[in-house]
Amino acid sequence: MADREIALMAHLLRRAGFGASRDEVEARVAQGYDNVVEELLNVGDAPGIDEDLMYRAYPSYFDKVAVETGQTEWVYRMINNRYQLQEKMSLFWHTIFCSGDNKVDNARTTTIQIDKFREQGMGNFQDLILMLSKDPAMLYYLDNIESHKTAVNENYGRELLELFSMGVGKDGELNYTEDDVKACARAFTGWNLAPTIPVFPYGRTPFEFRYDPADHDHEDKTFLGETGPWNGEDIIDIICKQPATARFIARKMYDFFVADEPPVPSWRQSQPRDLAAINTLEKAYFDSGYEIKAMLKALFTSDFFKSESVYYAKVKSPAEVVIGTLRMVGHHTSPQPGLFFVAMEPKYMGMDLLNPPTVEGWHTGAEWINSGTLIDRINFAAGLLGDTGLPGVKSIIGRLMDRSDSIPPEEFVDGCLDLTGPLTIAEETRSELVAHVQAGGELRHGTESERENFSQRTGEMLQFIATTSEFQFG
Amino acid sequence: MVTTNKDPVLAVFSLSGGNDFMNTVIPYTNPLYRDYRPTLAVAEDQVIPITDELAFHPAMGSLKKYWDEGKLAIILGVGYPHPSLSHFRSMDIWATCEPDELGLIGWLGSVIQEIDPKAENVLTGVNFGRGLPRSMAKDGVPVASVGDLSSYGLLTGIEETGQRDQALDLFGRMYSPVLGRGVVNDYIRRTGLEAMAGADILGTAPGKYSSTVEYGNSAVGGYLKDMVQVHNAGFGTRVLFTTAPYNIFDTHANQAVGHSNLLMDISTNIDCFMTDLREQHISDNVMLFFYSEFGRRAMDNGSGTDHGSGGVAFALGEHVKGGIYGEYPSLELGKLEDGGNLQHNVDFRCAYSTILERWMGMDAKPIVGGTYEQLDFL
Repeated sequence: MADREIALMAHLLRRAGFGASRDEVEARVAQGYDNVVEELLNVGDAPGIDEDLMYRAYPSYFDKVAVETGQTEWVYRMINNRYQLQEKMSLFWHTIFCSGDNKVDNARTTTIQIDKFREQGMGNFQDLILMLSKDPAMLYYLDNIESHKTAVNENYGRELLELFSMGVGKDGELNYTEDDVKACARAFTGWNLAPTIPVFPYGRTPFEFRYDPADHDHEDKTFLGETGPWNGEDIIDIICKQPATARFIARKMYDFFVADEPPVPSWRQSQPRDLAAINTLEKAYFDSGYEIKAMLKALFTSDFFKSESVYYAKVKSPAEVVIGTLRMVGHHTSPQPGLFFVAMEPKYMGMDLLNPPTVEGWHTGAEWINSGTLIDRINFAAGLLGDTGLPGVKSIIGRLMDRSDSIPPEEFVDGCLDLTGPLTIAEETRSELVAHVQAGGELRHGTESERENFSQRTGEMLQFIATTSEFQFG
Repeated sequence: MVTTNKDPVLAVFSLSGGNDFMNTVIPYTNPLYRDYRPTLAVAEDQVIPITDELAFHPAMGSLKKYWDEGKLAIILGVGYPHPSLSHFRSMDIWATCEPDELGLIGWLGSVIQEIDPKAENVLTGVNFGRGLPRSMAKDGVPVASVGDLSSYGLLTGIEETGQRDQALDLFGRMYSPVLGRGVVNDYIRRTGLEAMAGADILGTAPGKYSSTVEYGNSAVGGYLKDMVQVHNAGFGTRVLFTTAPYNIFDTHANQAVGHSNLLMDISTNIDCFMTDLREQHISDNVMLFFYSEFGRRAMDNGSGTDHGSGGVAFALGEHVKGGIYGEYPSLELGKLEDGGNLQHNVDFRCAYSTILERWMGMDAKPIVGGTYEQLDFL
């Protein structure tokens, strides 16, 4: 099997999912790249995990009283959902359509939103944004429940345009005016919540959407040049046909799946990193009638995605560090104790899932890294990769042993880098690692004690790889 | 402003989850207290009276001596206008002093920056616990977060010391500047070296410390002990922060036992903290401020209490003027907010302003976002 094919498939599985073991990468290469893309895009009817098994092991996931329970369940799904792109898309929309349990304070309501991203995340953008506009967590988070016919609250109306669909501007122009924001907000008056059963003392009843026609502003509104008695659905219809919307989603997608883009507030002035790529995605958006799946297919089968220049061009998000490492070493692939503590790790690394810092979402790229989070990222990955009892690590040791009776230091280091990536590191770093292996003597695995030594030194080498600056990229 | 032998150090401890004010400082002579708390009222013969009207919960016996010494200030009815009953929102308000908008700058982040504007000492502010607390968050302000001082650092999973030293040595060489690998890669390498430097310094703290004090075996005990060790080591740390983890003060159910255990845990460990500082002769320049994001409902729910508003905060230290500050909120039904919550009568920013101006010697106004009346506990 050609190394290039392995590297490309590993890249696809890191971006369209949370990475995979070498066994899976090889099996996928045998399947053929385009077939794998099709499989990723087409989610089956049955859930991608054994939900009965999960609920039996973790009954609290049924009725999520605490936000930590929702975070833990999501982490379990991200590790184990065989439709990996489904989970990646849930995360994608969560980083854009931000609402946080720190304000909603109703973990079931917050997690139901994520369930909807999972179900509809690869569907039609118009349906998705209509769902979002009726989503109770969002209505509460952005105060649309406080927006009334006689007293309009512009919070949701503004963010829908600025952060969820069009962005402030493109090609140096503004995409909408303050009057458009007001019209948009008026159109969503009456989009509200049904009265809720008090949440105390014990339970949390999920919030439910209710449209109240008596609280809706039925007058004419002019929105992006079109005048009529617009309701929310009409506004969404107008938003979806804007070139600005196609541009916005395309850049978000490129940023998430291909390479880090500058932050959204600068998009009015800054051109995309790869304008031709963005144009390809915009075309897929309009040609398909706003289908996200069509955009994803165009993206994953494009030359700009397959280009080696974008391999490892993104700083991994904390979710990618945690889930990616767990999948690499094959840990928590079935219910077992300790999942809660693993699921809190993204928070320690600066990504408190279900609690984005603001409606703008997390600042990504290099901003994931500071002296505190880097220690957590390194220790977490090194701790798991150094555990020679874990199935993924055992498999790496086995593959290295299969190469020859005695493996030279350079080949050993390169083998470890290959099986944890394939990852390329700075030549200076590689020489340090080779020198370290040389100092430790010959690597053989003929006798029991040699095998013991071989395993231990492989675990150590994998730990070193987890500490490299290159390992922080995905 | 208070004069200390060395630069003043501020330790802040958040009792996360919403500590039940009425069962912490108990209005034990008020008949309404017993009316509202058929399940949870503490019997009059068990409370620890501190005035004719107020008493500590029986589990807080170890803090009584600081009250008697006049070193413990109690700020009653602390809160802010239009209280939020959401834990996270309310914690954020206490952390950022932004009650109306979502703030991103932590008040202690600003304090650290004021002390060390160029971030020359990576240990000016240290958090005890995992992750970066919102109270300390500010762009350009490095904060070390220490889960457990005895095992803090890089590659702590490697147990064998010689092997770990070798690994750290290799790490240092791998992270030494290799230019031309891209801006982000260079940034990560710089950050790695900074992290290692901070961890190296912190790692020396346990070796400089020995004590006869036995802290309680809990997360809080561990954090407070680590605080003393870092202060004792003299790294120039001026802001210490910790949180009781897991929102544990959120006592909706089974509060009688649960809350008592929590108060026992924090009281004995705060006593250990203070005793330890005195044993090391380093208590003069430390002040501990502890608070919770809100109090709880006046009426119990048959098992616990629900989220409320007005709460209580404490200041403890050699230079603190012990006593009661603020008034106990009225328990009269008509004076309760939203049918059952104690009204706040002291803004938490009054307490912050007092600490900043009179203890840290700083202009409080830009940090707390306005001018607030100072209290006289310092």
